[in-house]
Amino acid sequence: MACTAETLAAALRAAAAVVAEHRAELVDLDRAIGDADHGENLDRGFTAIVSALDTATPETPAAVAKLAATTLISKVGGAAGPLYGTAFLRASGKLGDAAEVDGPLLVEALRAALEGVQARGRAVEGDATMVDALLPAVSAAEEVSGAGVAAILAAAADAADKGAESTVDLVPRKGRASYLGERAKGHLDPGARSTALLLRAFAEAAK
Amino acid sequence: MKKIINDPKMVVAESLRGLAAAHADVLRVRDDPAIVVRADAPLDGKVAVISGGGSGHEPLHGGFVGQGMLSAAVPGAVFTSPTPDAVEAAVKATTGDAGALLIVKNYTGDVLNFETAAELAAAEGLDVRSVVIDDDVAVKDSTYTAGRRGVGGTVPLEKITGAAAERGDPLDAVEALARKVIGQVRSIGVALTAPTVPHAGEPSFDLADDEIEFGIGIHGEPGIERTPALSADELVARMVDAVVTDLPFGDGDKVLLFTNSMGGTPLVELYLAHGIAERLLAERGIVVERRLVGPYITSLEMQGMSLTLLKLDDELTELWDAPVHTPALRWGV
Repeated sequence: MACTAETLAAALRAAAAVVAEHRAELVDLDRAIGDADHGENLDRGFTAIVSALDTATPETPAAVAKLAATTLISKVGGAAGPLYGTAFLRASGKLGDAAEVDGPLLVEALRAALEGVQARGRAVEGDATMVDALLPAVSAAEEVSGAGVAAILAAAADAADKGAESTVDLVPRKGRASYLGERAKGHLDPGARSTALLLRAFAEAAK
Repeated sequence: MKKIINDPKMVVAESLRGLAAAHADVLRVRDDPAIVVRADAPLDGKVAVISGGGSGHEPLHGGFVGQGMLSAAVPGAVFTSPTPDAVEAAVKATTGDAGALLIVKNYTGDVLNFETAAELAAAEGLDVRSVVIDDDVAVKDSTYTAGRRGVGGTVPLEKITGAAAERGDPLDAVEALARKVIGQVRSIGVALTAPTVPHAGEPSFDLADDEIEFGIGIHGEPGIERTPALSADELVARMVDAVVTDLPFGDGDKVLLFTNSMGGTPLVELYLAHGIAERLLAERGIVVERRLVGPYITSLEMQGMSLTLLKLDDELTELWDAPVHTPALRWGV
């Protein structure tokens, strides 16, 4: 099955529910190594996305992704707002005016999202950031790009889970956690965790 | 958690309402996005000096809006940098032909959002420059971190650039001056307790009664090192040593010494610490020419303090002394 504006909007609503459910968990992960705002900020952003989707009906997947991007950029703040906002913005740019997104186009959009995040945040794999979840997710998606949207997202979500887990053993080199150095070892990065949660929400919605 | 709040989501908005009510003579608060603007802005021919960042550091930044200091402040959610559209709104509300200088603290979120805002404003033809302050000596290098954090030095930076803008310096000069201050200011912070962010509901880190966090930032993030509690003499000596050896500051240097409460440390302890710092600097031949003591860049109710040293010359001293009329700093008017 391909992804339309309606299905992407439904996936974002599902993601909003997942973020709300995990708000406290993300706050706690951030509390350990940062400033305890990640869950609160993402919840504010995705709640705003749901409100925006209630009042507007973007006609293409690209327009839905762009609405999500601008909402995140204007409501979240912190590092998460610009980074997730850029991810959706770059994905939107890749989707063009297609009415339906098939597997290969979805993989291209995911790759664009990753590149946007890396350009804005200047993080590489191993820095203990959301890149550690997103990068393996995109690689996994590329490996199964012929398999259809649901299978691609499932593979991406699985890889993102593993990638997020890998941040536990890393010393952060970006964001507020970086100031802790070795002391931040042993903690799951909140941004990597939220990336894994979002991809899982999209994968479940695409089933 | 016990706090004088209603809904954690409304803390910043309700606080800004009170700020506006208390200081209607110097500033206005505009809603959606929330910004704090000088009552008399925009001023023809004057560079707008704009700063901002997460709330929870009061009086930074809203308390420094007014004559001789900031043209506008952009408050984000608690400990969260503001969004680009809020920064852009502040720029538009205060910036005329003379342009604007954005003062950004080196935290990833602040840098990303202000960078985006500067691009948006530039696209509209406004002359907007940014400087990033990174004065925290606790962070040793930028190879393995996001670079040094911007902390206490932000206060003298905003005062001095605000004074330069007020006397009519052009944007190039205000920007150059800001970079000079950033090059000459260093800070270190220490926490005795953690702050409690309203929406989190519990302290940002766990600290035993006999422990302190050395080398903290301003967002309730833990410090770079946890050590057993020290006497004031030992603690201040360690802090002074960390700051002085970094630039380094040396015999004969004239400085501004800024002794700052992180919010929960009372003045009796702050003055005690300040006295020790003055003595230790004198022993090194460093001449304290100007002083600021009090809670100016805080982390909610966190107990702790920071020390900031700014190397002064005649121009910087004159700009520090220049009249200022804001909620939190007021002299010469």
